[in-house]
Amino acid sequence: MKKRITMALAGNPNSGKTTLFNSMTGSRQHVGNYPGVTVEKKEGRCRHGETEINVVDLPGTYSLTAYSIEEVVARNFIIDEKPDVVVDVIDASNLERNLYLAVQLMELGVPVVLAFNMSDVARSRGLEFDLEMLSSLLGAPIVPTVGHKGTGIEELLDAAVRVAESGTRPKPPEIHYGKDIEKAIGAVRRRLEEQVKFADDIEARWTVVKLLENDSEVAKRIQSPEIHKEVEDEQARIEKVLGDSAEMIIADRRYGFISGACQEAVRSTVETRHTRSDRVDEIVIHRVWGLPIFLGLMYLVFWLTFTVGTPPMEWIEGLFGWLGETVAGWWPAGSESVLRSLLVDGIIGGVGGVIIFLPNILLLFLAIAILEDSGYMARAAFMMDRLMHKIGLHGKSFIPMLTGFGCSIPAIMATRTLENRRDRLTTMLVIPLVSCGARLPIYALIIPAFFPAAWRAPMLWTIYVIGIVLAIVCAKILRSTLFKGESVPFVMELPPYRLPTLKGVLIHMWERAGLYLKKAGTIILGVSVILWAMTSFPKTETTEAGLSPEAQQAAELSNTVAGRIGHAMEPVIKPLGFDWRIGTAMIGAFAAKEVFVAQMGIVYSVGEADEESEPLRDQLKANYSPLVGFCIMLFMLISAPCMATIVVTKRESNSWKWALFQLGGLTLLAYVVTLIVYQVGSALGIGLGG
Amino acid sequence: MNPALWMPLSMVPTGRSVLLRRVQAGHGLTSRLAALGLLPGVRVHVCRNDRSGPVVLGVAGSRLMLGHGMAQKMYVEDGEAEV
Repeated sequence: MKKRITMALAGNPNSGKTTLFNSMTGSRQHVGNYPGVTVEKKEGRCRHGETEINVVDLPGTYSLTAYSIEEVVARNFIIDEKPDVVVDVIDASNLERNLYLAVQLMELGVPVVLAFNMSDVARSRGLEFDLEMLSSLLGAPIVPTVGHKGTGIEELLDAAVRVAESGTRPKPPEIHYGKDIEKAIGAVRRRLEEQVKFADDIEARWTVVKLLENDSEVAKRIQSPEIHKEVEDEQARIEKVLGDSAEMIIADRRYGFISGACQEAVRSTVETRHTRSDRVDEIVIHRVWGLPIFLGLMYLVFWLTFTVGTPPMEWIEGLFGWLGETVAGWWPAGSESVLRSLLVDGIIGGVGGVIIFLPNILLLFLAIAILEDSGYMARAAFMMDRLMHKIGLHGKSFIPMLTGFGCSIPAIMATRTLENRRDRLTTMLVIPLVSCGARLPIYALIIPAFFPAAWRAPMLWTIYVIGIVLAIVCAKILRSTLFKGESVPFVMELPPYRLPTLKGVLIHMWERAGLYLKKAGTIILGVSVILWAMTSFPKTETTEAGLSPEAQQAAELSNTVAGRIGHAMEPVIKPLGFDWRIGTAMIGAFAAKEVFVAQMGIVYSVGEADEESEPLRDQLKANYSPLVGFCIMLFMLISAPCMATIVVTKRESNSWKWALFQLGGLTLLAYVVTLIVYQVGSALGIGLGG
Repeated sequence: MNPALWMPLSMVPTGRSVLLRRVQAGHGLTSRLAALGLLPGVRVHVCRNDRSGPVVLGVAGSRLMLGHGMAQKMYVEDGEAEV
């Protein structure tokens, strides 16, 4: 008979949990989100003998407090979903701290199996374990594993299945918290049990300990003010008697229990876990060399993303071009079929415009996965912390912002590494100000049209710098108004350097890229169709004689919804120096920034235009002053990020509120800044040209 | 234990081992730091302290990076004197 069990994988970050998960489930994985939060939920399946195992990879945590969303998610999964067995992955070379989580799992009363991962490394570094004794002291089976080699996995699954099927609730080792704390536990528990019914002894004790530890989640569930009063009294008493908070004493006693067990069953000859890493760090985060190495690596990442990515982008462009032509070929030449236009211009063109960035995204995520898995990312955060601190963020925010130069979408997705929601939202909201790659075609069109050769590079540089300065200023403002709050204490582990595994890196890369593709197939498809309709309808019925095909196209666009909106917008954008043509092109740019160039080509009836189009540049030069040219760039830099960015912000912040705030806020900012620049520039007569 | 000899961790020069005596942190953060191995009585090795910017610590087999502000709120005692 086939059996099914659910097994949860818990463990510290950097304990090798993910590698173990990958070895167990291979490609049979599924990534989703826990309901209501943007914490990734990874599930996979594997078979062991007659048993079908559903493996849930819980987020990596150091404990089960309510400090971060990840911890709450991991804890709630264990409490609410009651997995048949929890496998706690332990970095055997950093035993005591890793056992801290194990002890908390045991306190929850769930059946636990301990995987002593990287046991080979631990042994080679002079740690000797008496596993049998440790196992009996901790009251849980222990299996040594080596994640990246896949050794010990069969034995681990054996143990997990055995524990899951035995069906008996384990007897966790009783941790004695000392006379004073136990007295407090007793007092609060008596009061609590008068009002709440608990399933068993373990649950009651756990709840009381959590209350004494000031656990906000558990405290929320207990309504009675009497109980809270009792807890506060006991905490005050403990602090008075023992000179330290109850929270601290409880943690201390847990460590006491762990080190007691370790003292009997673990022998350490030398402490060498970090020596090699430390030697690498002497160079990598060196006071002088650290920064050049960091900048060099970042340059490499961008080089990889944009140089290596170009040929496959061309293939994809070719593929979509071919697809468009093939589909167009189903209709007779010169056909005005709406369906044809919808398929070719709307759907294939729109989705193709997004898929084309897939090689960039894959490469960027590949590079990020390598930097993350090797342990370098934590060092980058270390080096950038000082700089980022000045704008009220910390080192970890730097990587997403840097990614923003490539594309805002992966950048916003990369903010997931930030634990604090205020930091995360601030970073997410200002990322579009970092000028992304899609805006480059606009600058490339406009700068040569208005500025002499010697000015071109400084002008481009100026635009990028304005973006960076605005991002810094906005982050600072957001951090001291909307997301006010003490700067979040920055604590982060610097994991030892490790050689990333190919499998792990590819799986990480694919997880992210898959999300991007899914988005292209759903929401972007929808919005592309809407924008296509706006620039195609209503159709112009009569054809004026004597117009060139290009002029005809321009007249048609002027008559469409987008064209009409452009006209309607004119009074609003006039103070910025813009006319309806620019307004219409800006609506198109909402689909993707670079569409601005193509739209300008259509309104100026120069036919197919790209950023190298000389006829379009001549038209621009004839119609606008250099000041207006500069204002266009400024507005496109700051204003409403493209729709894909808004959608990703919505998804990552889990609310439309922040996505719309980003959209509205940046558009308003763009308007104000451009207005000031244009009005002051005009008044002073700068850049009005001849 | 003599509180008069305690000093903020942020003032300890690179390369010194000290004993952590007091952690001035709000609720929740105390537990978090404890989970990372930072609690009173623990021996802490200062791997790197540039006097501004983050501090790198060696705590029981792991390396932790601590923001400068946080390091100012942790009080330590010279580890060579008393264990």
